[in-house]
Amino acid sequence: MFYRETGQFKTSYGADQQIFPIRQDRIGIVLLLAVAFVGVPALGSEYFFSAILIPFLIFSLAALGLNILTGYAGQLSLGSAAFMAVGAYAAYNFQVRVEGMPVLVSFVLAGLTAAGVGILFGLPSLRIKGFYLAVATLAAQFFIVWCLTKFPYLSNDSSSGVISVPGVSILGFDFDTPRSKYLLVLTLVTLLALAAKNMVRSTTGRAWMAVRDMDVAAEVIGIRLMHTKLLAFAVSSFYCGVAGALYAFCYLGSVEPDGFSLDMSFRILFMIIVGGVGSILGSFLGAAFILLLPIFLDIVLPALSELLHLPFDGATVSHIQLMVFGALIMFFLVVEPHGLARLWQIAKEKLRLWPFPH
Amino acid sequence: MARQIGEVILDLRNISLRFGGVKALTDISFNVREHEIRAIIGPNGAGKSSMLNVINGVYHPQEGEILFHGQVRRDMDTHDAAAAGIARTFQNIALFKGMSVLDNLMTGRNLKMRTNFLQHALWWGPAKREELEHRRKVEEVIDFLEIEHIRKTPVGRLPYGLQKRVELGRALAAEPKMLLLDEPMAGMNVEEKQDMCRFILDVNDQFGTTIVLIEHDMGVVMDISDRVVVLDYGKKIGDGEPEEVKNNPEVIAAYLGTQH
Repeated sequence: MFYRETGQFKTSYGADQQIFPIRQDRIGIVLLLAVAFVGVPALGSEYFFSAILIPFLIFSLAALGLNILTGYAGQLSLGSAAFMAVGAYAAYNFQVRVEGMPVLVSFVLAGLTAAGVGILFGLPSLRIKGFYLAVATLAAQFFIVWCLTKFPYLSNDSSSGVISVPGVSILGFDFDTPRSKYLLVLTLVTLLALAAKNMVRSTTGRAWMAVRDMDVAAEVIGIRLMHTKLLAFAVSSFYCGVAGALYAFCYLGSVEPDGFSLDMSFRILFMIIVGGVGSILGSFLGAAFILLLPIFLDIVLPALSELLHLPFDGATVSHIQLMVFGALIMFFLVVEPHGLARLWQIAKEKLRLWPFPH
Repeated sequence: MARQIGEVILDLRNISLRFGGVKALTDISFNVREHEIRAIIGPNGAGKSSMLNVINGVYHPQEGEILFHGQVRRDMDTHDAAAAGIARTFQNIALFKGMSVLDNLMTGRNLKMRTNFLQHALWWGPAKREELEHRRKVEEVIDFLEIEHIRKTPVGRLPYGLQKRVELGRALAAEPKMLLLDEPMAGMNVEEKQDMCRFILDVNDQFGTTIVLIEHDMGVVMDISDRVVVLDYGKKIGDGEPEEVKNNPEVIAAYLGTQH
């Protein structure tokens, strides 16, 4: 009843093509950003920033990158973690090797480096599709991690490829507390998410979706498949690369190549599957689900077993946690195969009529 | 009719197309004049769709040459064909199912877009201006085809007849000089066929678009086309005005079978 567009007339195509055409949505997003930028930093604890919010935002960004490639352009990839690794190591090298390199510039260069590598490993997509392409991107996953371990130059000659990044400082301001790092990550993720939304709602995004939905028709319309697919790989890898740089600089501080494993690529893939393939919001929802649910269960399950005086030791609880996690993933996929973002959309459609049945 | 049929703008000369040992088209020549409605008919498997695929560069014939707008080529390239103003629809609807009607039509105009992905990422400025300008053009097509009520609906959710109409819209959005329609009325009921016929005639009349269409409904073909070419087993067996073709003994034989 309260969430509907009644009375909000669009008198120009500009007004009709806003990101959030419904006023209630616009109020909602402004409130959300206000809470994220002002409310949370004022109230949150250090643990909350460094263990929950920062990784959530970084993985949202990586999931967003993969969603551009897989969700919008329809190219399945299992190399997201490797592209993050490229970003992390590139940012590190630019910082360490170039005197006086501003951190933000090295983040952008890290993204561009990842984009370049992404284009390289995107080349097979011109000939193969679907699962076969996924296998081809596996090559990126293993090759890049192997490279970073094998060539000491890339990790500035540190043993076994572990890098410890320097502190983050922009225009003389040191981002050394979890709170300030959170604000930095939040700002970058917000800007990149906005840019992604803008891309997918204009010609670039339509070309990606056209290639995804019907590549022959796309070609006949005049869309160049090679250009479109490689652009998707480049933009996607750029996002993953920046996420990787943030992962090293704002989250862990020290990373090793094996940290960016296939397991991590799969987690990012699960994020977009659970969250919603082909949805910007879905990337965030999926990252929240995959990252935060285990933490939530970690807190709730032991408390629950204590409360009910169940005879479970710690090991059993962690097993149960995995089982509950898996069951929830299956539950959500059965209820809505198109992911949490679709559930949210359905909820909004229902809310337009609520409390009336029609 | 007000429209004037002009010069030959597309001339196919001795086209032969093979897939391995299978001969899809054998030594076919015919031409299309500006502003006319040209029908290609023939029994199933006659090579009609292959012919359209040759015209817009999906297939590359082994022999023959194509003259389009005064330029002689060995074969066409899909991108060049689209850039030269050839748009088409498909026999089995080839819409972008996950996208809305509006987005499908906007995609039809992609070759007219000049901004790049960085400008799109910023949105404000050139990208937005361009988007709105093209939206206006697309709305004209939406208005023309009377699909205002479904402009925001994902095309996958639309009934078959409307999908066919949206696909025509996507082709029209490109403001083509030549429109290739592959069975635009297949699987439609009489009412939907009448609508589609009206749209095809209106497009031809109002925009002067040259139309090449494949259709099985002989009533429709004989009514709306200026000239008809008949294919059978990849060979041309008839060419001319509808009346002429109707009385051609070879054509009758192909459709009804000969008496032995």
